[in-house]
Amino acid sequence: MIGDIFAWLGNMENSKPLALILFFSAFVGIILYVYTGKRRKRLESYKDIPFMDDDELDPTRQKKQQVKKDESTNGK
Amino acid sequence: MSTNAVPVATEQYNYGIVKKFAIMAMIWGVLGMLAGVYIASELAWPFLNFNIAEITFGRLRPVHTTLVIFGFGGSALFATSYYIVQRTCQARLWGGKLLPELTFWGWQLALVLGVITYMAGYTQGREYAEFVWPVDLLITVTWVVYFAVYAMTMVKRSQPHIYVANWFFMAFILATALLHIFNNLAVPVAWNSLESYSLFAGVQDAMTQWWYGHNAVGFFLTAAFLGMMYYFVPKQAGRPIYSYRLSIVHFWALSFLYMWVGAHHLHWTALPDWVSTLAATFSILLLLPSWAGMINGIMTLSGAWEKLRTDPIILFLVTSLAFYGMSTFEGPMLSLKSVNALSHYTDWTIGHVHSGALGWVAMITFGSFYHMVPRLWGTTLYSTKLVFVHFWLATIGVVLYIVALWVAGIGQGLMLRAFDQYGNLAYTFIETVTFMHIPYVVRAIGGAFFLSGILLMSYNLYMTISGARQSASAEGRDAVAAAAR
Repeated sequence: MIGDIFAWLGNMENSKPLALILFFSAFVGIILYVYTGKRRKRLESYKDIPFMDDDELDPTRQKKQQVKKDESTNGK
Repeated sequence: MSTNAVPVATEQYNYGIVKKFAIMAMIWGVLGMLAGVYIASELAWPFLNFNIAEITFGRLRPVHTTLVIFGFGGSALFATSYYIVQRTCQARLWGGKLLPELTFWGWQLALVLGVITYMAGYTQGREYAEFVWPVDLLITVTWVVYFAVYAMTMVKRSQPHIYVANWFFMAFILATALLHIFNNLAVPVAWNSLESYSLFAGVQDAMTQWWYGHNAVGFFLTAAFLGMMYYFVPKQAGRPIYSYRLSIVHFWALSFLYMWVGAHHLHWTALPDWVSTLAATFSILLLLPSWAGMINGIMTLSGAWEKLRTDPIILFLVTSLAFYGMSTFEGPMLSLKSVNALSHYTDWTIGHVHSGALGWVAMITFGSFYHMVPRLWGTTLYSTKLVFVHFWLATIGVVLYIVALWVAGIGQGLMLRAFDQYGNLAYTFIETVTFMHIPYVVRAIGGAFFLSGILLMSYNLYMTISGARQSASAEGRDAVAAAAR
C-alpha cells in the first residue's frame, strides 16, 4: 500500500496533478484565512503602518516643528 | 540655542544609500531612454547607423534595455526598497555602512561593464540577460548581499507586522535570484574568454530563456513596483490602502500564477502543445490578481478624487495604475494562441511592453521619486508646475508610442497573412517594411516626448536638491553667526 503511494509519487508524470492539488489547496486556504473568522479588524489595521513611521523623524516635518518651536519662543 | 539642529532622521535611517541609488536611477534613466530614442530613429532612418558597428541597432538595443530595466528600474527599486523597508519596519538598514555600499558599487559596475561589452560586441545572446558570464557572477554576489541587507533589516524591525510592500520586495529579490542563476547557467569557453555556452540546448534553452524573460517582467517590473505602489500611493494620498486583505490575496495570487506563463512567448514553435496551453491559461488567470491590485490602488483615492486636479504626483501614480490595468488586459489577450499567431514577430509586442514599461513602471517611479526625493533631502519640491508639464509630456509620449506600434504591428501581421485569389502571399516582406515607416517615425517622436519629460524631471530634482543644500549651508552659517554673537 505505502509502496504504491511512493511509486505513484516517483512517477514524474504525476507531479502535474500533485502540484495542482497542493498549490490550489494552499491558495484556497489563504482565501479562507483572509476572509473568514474574526481577522478582519486585525488584518485591516495593518494598512496604517506607512503612517506610523515616526513622523518627527521625517525631516520636512521636523523642520516645520522646529519653525513652530522657534515662533513660539520668539513670541515669548 | 539650536543645539538640536542636526536632523535626527539621518542618524535613525540610512538615507545616504537611498540618495545615491535615486541619483543613479535618474542618470541611467536619461541615458537609457536616449539610447531608446536613438535606436527607434535608426529603425525609421537607417542612415543613422553611420556604418559604425558599435552604434548599430543590434548592439545599442541591449544597451537600451539594460539601462532602462536594470539601470533606471533597478536603481529605483534599490532606492525605494531601502527607503520603504526602513520606514515601515522602523529600523535602520542592516549591514552597517559597508554592505549597502557594496550593493551600490556592485550594481553600478555591472551596468557599466554591460554597456561596454555590448558595444564591443560581446553578448550572451539571451534577451534581458545579455551580460557575459563574469558580469553575471558580479551580479550574483551583489544580489546575495542585497538579499541579506533587506532580510536582516526586516528581522530587526521594531514593528511587529511586516507591511505588504515588503512582501512584494521580498518576492522580487528571491525570484530574481532564482531566475538569474538558472537562466545564466553556462560553461565558459576558457577562463580568460568572455564567451560561454548555455547549459541548456534546443527547446529547453528557449523555455529557460522565456521562463526567465517573462518572470523578469513579473517579478522585477511588476511585483517590485507594486511594492512601490503599496507604499507611495497611500503616503501621497494621505489615506491608507483601500483593502489590506485584498493586498494579501493580490500578493499570493500573483506569486502563484506568474511563474507559469513564460511559455506564451513561444507559441507555435517546437514547444510541447500542452506547455503552450498551460502558459496561455495561467496568463488569462493573471488578469484577476492584476486587476485586483489596480483596483486596490485606485480605490485608495475613493473620496479624495479632487486630488487628481490639484496634485500632479497623484496624477502620475493613478495614471500608472491605469496603464497597469490596460497592459495587464492586453497581455492575456496576446497570450491566446490565435491572437499570438497574428501578433508574434510584429511590433505589437514591442508596443505592449512599452505600455507597461513607460506607462506603468516609469510613471509609478516618477510619482514615487517626486514624493521621496524632497523628503530625503528635507525640503520641498522646486516646482510643482514642472511636474504637471512632465506628466503631460510623458502621457502624450506613451500614447503616441503605443498607438504607432498598434498600427505597425497589427498592420504588418495582417499583411504577412494576406493571400491573393490564387493562394499566393499578397505582399512581399519589404512591402510590410515600407508600410511601417510612418508608424516608426511616430514611435520615435513619442519616445522623444517621453525623454524630454525625464529631462525636465532631472532638472526639477536637481534644483530641489541644490536648493536643499544651499539652505542647509545657510542654516549652518546662521548657526555659526549666532554662536559668535
